[in-house]
Amino acid sequence: MNKEIDEIIKNSESLIEMLQKIQKIDGYLYFERLFYLSEKLDMSLEDIYSTATFYNGFSFNMKGKYQINICLGTVCYVKGSKELSEEISKILNIKDGECTKDGKFSLDTTRCLGCCSMAPVMKINDDIYGFVKKEQVKEILAKYN
Amino acid sequence: MVTLKINDKEVSVNDGDTILDAAKKLNIFIPTLCYLKEINKVASCRMCLVEIKGLPKLMTSCSTEAKEGMEVYTETDKIKEARKNNLELLLSNHNKDCDNCLKNNQCKFQELLDKYDIKEKYKNTREKLNIDNSTTYLVRDSNKCILCGRCVDVCSKVQDISVIGRNGRGITTQIGCAFEYPMVDSPCIGCGQCTLVCPTGALTEKDDTKEVENAINNKDLHVIACTAPAVRAALGEEFDMPIGTNAKGKMVTSLRKLGFDKVFDVDFAADLTIMEEVNELIERIKENKNLPMFTSCSPGWIKYVEQYHPELIDNLSTCKSPQQMMGAILKTYYAKKENIDPSKIFVVMIMPCIAKKFERARDGANDIDVVLTTRETARMIKRQNIDFNSLEDSEYDLPLGIGASVVFGSSGGVMEAALRTLTETLTNKPLEKIEFNEVRGLDGIKEATYDVNGREINVAIVSGIKNAKKIIKKIKNKEVNYDFVEFMTCPGGCLNGGGQPYIDFDKYDVEEVKKLRMKCLMEEDKNLPIRKAHENPSIKELYKSFLDHPGSELAEKLLHTKYEKREKYKK
Ligand code: SF4
Ligand code: SF4
Ligand code: SF4
Ligand code: FES
Repeated sequence: MNKEIDEIIKNSESLIEMLQKIQKIDGYLYFERLFYLSEKLDMSLEDIYSTATFYNGFSFNMKGKYQINICLGTVCYVKGSKELSEEISKILNIKDGECTKDGKFSLDTTRCLGCCSMAPVMKINDDIYGFVKKEQVKEILAKYN
Repeated sequence: MVTLKINDKEVSVNDGDTILDAAKKLNIFIPTLCYLKEINKVASCRMCLVEIKGLPKLMTSCSTEAKEGMEVYTETDKIKEARKNNLELLLSNHNKDCDNCLKNNQCKFQELLDKYDIKEKYKNTREKLNIDNSTTYLVRDSNKCILCGRCVDVCSKVQDISVIGRNGRGITTQIGCAFEYPMVDSPCIGCGQCTLVCPTGALTEKDDTKEVENAINNKDLHVIACTAPAVRAALGEEFDMPIGTNAKGKMVTSLRKLGFDKVFDVDFAADLTIMEEVNELIERIKENKNLPMFTSCSPGWIKYVEQYHPELIDNLSTCKSPQQMMGAILKTYYAKKENIDPSKIFVVMIMPCIAKKFERARDGANDIDVVLTTRETARMIKRQNIDFNSLEDSEYDLPLGIGASVVFGSSGGVMEAALRTLTETLTNKPLEKIEFNEVRGLDGIKEATYDVNGREINVAIVSGIKNAKKIIKKIKNKEVNYDFVEFMTCPGGCLNGGGQPYIDFDKYDVEEVKKLRMKCLMEEDKNLPIRKAHENPSIKELYKSFLDHPGSELAEKLLHTKYEKREKYKK
């Protein structure tokens, strides 16, 4: 599995670029991956971790089989996306950034997904749902069983 | 050179010097909380603000270069106002509980809050943050952290291991380990250098004084204090004695006053270490095996090797540290000699070091009951209202109160003591000159070559893990050809250990303090009646009546140890 990391190190210009690529593979940054990276770069793990925590856009929590994204871009926000994310939190019993215990769903609020015309927008893996109302959330989630 | 004026006084400083440097030269006090000479220059606390004529904005003097013709003011109303605001903001995120804080009365933050008469203005709204007391040697309390970053810079720039850092950004930032690992499972080597620079009580040693007081109050126990060489060179600072005062005599008296039944000198165990270590070195040189040999007295260094360079474990001397040897001898030889049940002997080690607190429990031994740092010892003395400065001097108890190796407290000391014994053992002739000046001094890396009985012996002395890292690389690349290397975790050796009294950075230069403490130890060495480990009569007696000879079966069992590879992060 760490062959991928070796490749990433070879083909990246900066630590941030490496972290972004690693995040792409797993959806989040976890200990074993970054530890391997730190050994390869001969850099302290804390230096890498602290860099990653400084930038937005890195996640340290496991991602679910189904990754839910709620857009918190201005338009979605105004149209009530915050309530959508709260509703999901309530139903799945997870906070923003967390994953359900069975590993099925994870929830992340994101910046603008670029579908403002359909606000508020909710995304599950590659499926996009527009004009979502709070009451519909349960129904949508049920599709992923 | 540039010439400028501060508070209307003229001063000339070197190009590149800061306004803060210039003010120091004039003895003008500017408060600082984050700046650390040559280490931390992040300019984050904004306490050192000054006004420069012609500039509308206040500038941080720790990061602003002094320029020709500048006119600087350090105490205008505008500055005072700004400093007050900063302090108020810092306080709003601070769990101020001075009475229950180990830093009480030694806290730079508290000092400034008092000086500027800051009362709580904003409510502390921050969530209660986690207190990491997972280790046996230090406590990290984020609720008292002002994020000055000094600890982070010391861990990365002085020790070059970066175990702790700033995690997160903005208001959620906290000092912590990677993936929020608790310190105990992190690669922290326990050097405690971070505790020496923290301006608040956010990073301190773990206080074990209560346990010692309980033992002293327990009449069934025979409670022994043993003091390490470097403690005498710094303890006096806690009682406002001039830096570099040798407080040995008063220290012994104060420990008796605290109620210890016996007070012994770890210099004795340092001699014992030399006997065993020199014997081991001679064997290794004979067999040309596991060279260079590395010293093993410094527990932070040992943990560093076990975690970062396990392939070099065989190069470590198998000798226990003087602390551990002292414990082993007390609970066997001494117990027998004095006819005391070893389980009734309570051994307290007084050390300049925090890492000694975890070394205590190495390989399951429980010969030592508690390790106190110099600072904790001072705390106990103060708590009992003992007037330290007016105490009479007194001598250590016998038989474990004589030692020849007081030099152990300084970088180069183990090497010098070893060279004295090594040379005389191999040549069978008394040394013409007992000082080995090449191994002395505060340089982080020192090298020397000696001709000992026709064989060239190459040695190196290294202090600070950053320097250790450099030397290990050279050893691995076979760029150097040493026989024996002394490694100390703390820059300058134990005299600058993580458990030593805090240095007031506003008043003193750290290098200057180290020099004075070192001079104190070298003076004592010069005046000792016995200056060679193998000539210490108590050591001779110990071998004659108990251990037989260095490296004997019993010596191996009691005085030597093993090391093992450790994961940097424990799952
Ligand atoms: S850190 Fe300083 S100001 Fe804060 S509680 Fe401790 S002594 Fe008081
Ligand atoms: S004790 Fe030493 S190794 Fe541990 S965090 Fe502090 S400076 Fe770093
Ligand atoms: S723990 Fe102490 S030294 Fe480290 S950032 Fe906080 S206040 Fe500064
Ligand atoms: S900003 Fe200068 S000392 Fe902190």
